Amino acid sequence: MIPAWQRSDGRKGIRNVIAVCYLVECAHHVARRIVDKADRADVQLIGFPGCYPNSYADKMMKAIATHPNLGGLVIVSLGCESFNREGLARAAEKSGRPVETLVIQEVGGTAATIEAGLAAVDRVRTEADRAERTTMAIDELVIGTICGGSDGTSGITANPAVGRAFDRLVEEGATCIFEETGELVGCEAIMADRAVTPELGRELMATVEKAERYYTVMGFGSFAPGNAEGGLTTQEEKSMGAYSKSGSSPISGIIRPAEVPPSNGLYLLDVVPDGEPRFGFPNISDNAEIVELIACGSHIVLFTTGRGSVVGSAISPVIKICANPETARRLAADMDVNAGRILDGEASIDEVGTEIYERTLAVAGGQQSVSEALGHQEFILTYKSFEPTGPACLPRARVA
Amino acid sequence: MSLVLLHPDDNILIVTAPIAAGDIVTVEGAPIPAATPIGIGHKVARRALDAGDKVLKYGAPIGSMTAAVNAGDHIHMHNMKSDYIPSHTRDAIDQRNGS
Repeated sequence: MIPAWQRSDGRKGIRNVIAVCYLVECAHHVARRIVDKADRADVQLIGFPGCYPNSYADKMMKAIATHPNLGGLVIVSLGCESFNREGLARAAEKSGRPVETLVIQEVGGTAATIEAGLAAVDRVRTEADRAERTTMAIDELVIGTICGGSDGTSGITANPAVGRAFDRLVEEGATCIFEETGELVGCEAIMADRAVTPELGRELMATVEKAERYYTVMGFGSFAPGNAEGGLTTQEEKSMGAYSKSGSSPISGIIRPAEVPPSNGLYLLDVVPDGEPRFGFPNISDNAEIVELIACGSHIVLFTTGRGSVVGSAISPVIKICANPETARRLAADMDVNAGRILDGEASIDEVGTEIYERTLAVAGGQQSVSEALGHQEFILTYKSFEPTGPACLPRARVA
Repeated sequence: MSLVLLHPDDNILIVTAPIAAGDIVTVEGAPIPAATPIGIGHKVARRALDAGDKVLKYGAPIGSMTAAVNAGDHIHMHNMKSDYIPSHTRDAIDQRNGS
């Protein structure tokens, strides 16, 4: 069993993080100084830079503020921004988390708010430490996966190895989430065949078609120059490799950012906004996707990389699986698992899949992932807009 | 062994160890000297292909040829394109601005 923190909504966390959250860029510096001065790995900075209201950002921040890995929250507001700080504080309080709110314009400026913020972090920390301890089983884990800095090795080593780990986790009752519909362009038909209902299959096709339209308007696909340098030539080639992270389990549903899957099984996270493109690229960088996977309840995120990404995340540990043997040698100190051994003929996809599965359970059990130990706590949240999920997207929820 | 076939239907092979210009690679039993260096993860033609041919990897189409190649030739941005959204490189903005 995995040691865990019991939350009042019934969910269980594998970490007990105190988040210091700025609600507009104007409060970012003060919040960052509070986190820097607190100088503890479990006091982490999150925030939203915009001054205009956005229901996606509001929903995302509430999902993070009630995430099972979160023990408490310190909100840092400038005072005049649009973000509904009271609503955010209420959501966190209702979930049983200790919350304090500091309004810079009321507390008396930069230095006074940093000082007050440090005291608030101490009080929230003390209360969070009293959270009930419990244990959790594999079937209570939510695991997300993402690929970043992909190359021609990603789709033949690390991604299918994560697919094997996902198959085993799903078989043992865990909830697994894969994403980036823009990186499934070209795979829609084969993916639709794995849906648990024909209606969901049609929704999977429509979701990828939406992504293709959106990226076409943006003028660039979800494809970076490094992908090409690493041997990937086209979007659909990258997609076929990315798709293999999902493994071979049936697909139980489609969720949107900040929606927690209604049951165990394998889910696709639709990250591409609905309606006419309004706020730019769906996700401006990998961490925007990681934050969405976490807002959907992911306790841990499995991150595959060929070119060599070094990122981690606030709130939930990120486990790095390196696809390329040359990158694995050059960036060895940033990687948890070396799937490049498959190309070197030193391990099979199944063996690396088992290693990823075991590493996932060890990190769930409290062992630090490599990016955690290096202090990576990236967080990014920007503007988006989504329609509510249709009933065909979650057939199991409808039955239940 | 520096090339791997991922699926029996594929018309490309994947490079699994760096190839230097002049290295002899074996494609479908035939020894072929590499014209250029080719990195890990890149693709070479399993057989001669024509412009317009679908490129098959994992047994699935991943784009179309824009030029003819011989067996063993490097297949990448210079002779292949997406059938969905065009790929871009680091000089994408300069290219669009015509500079």
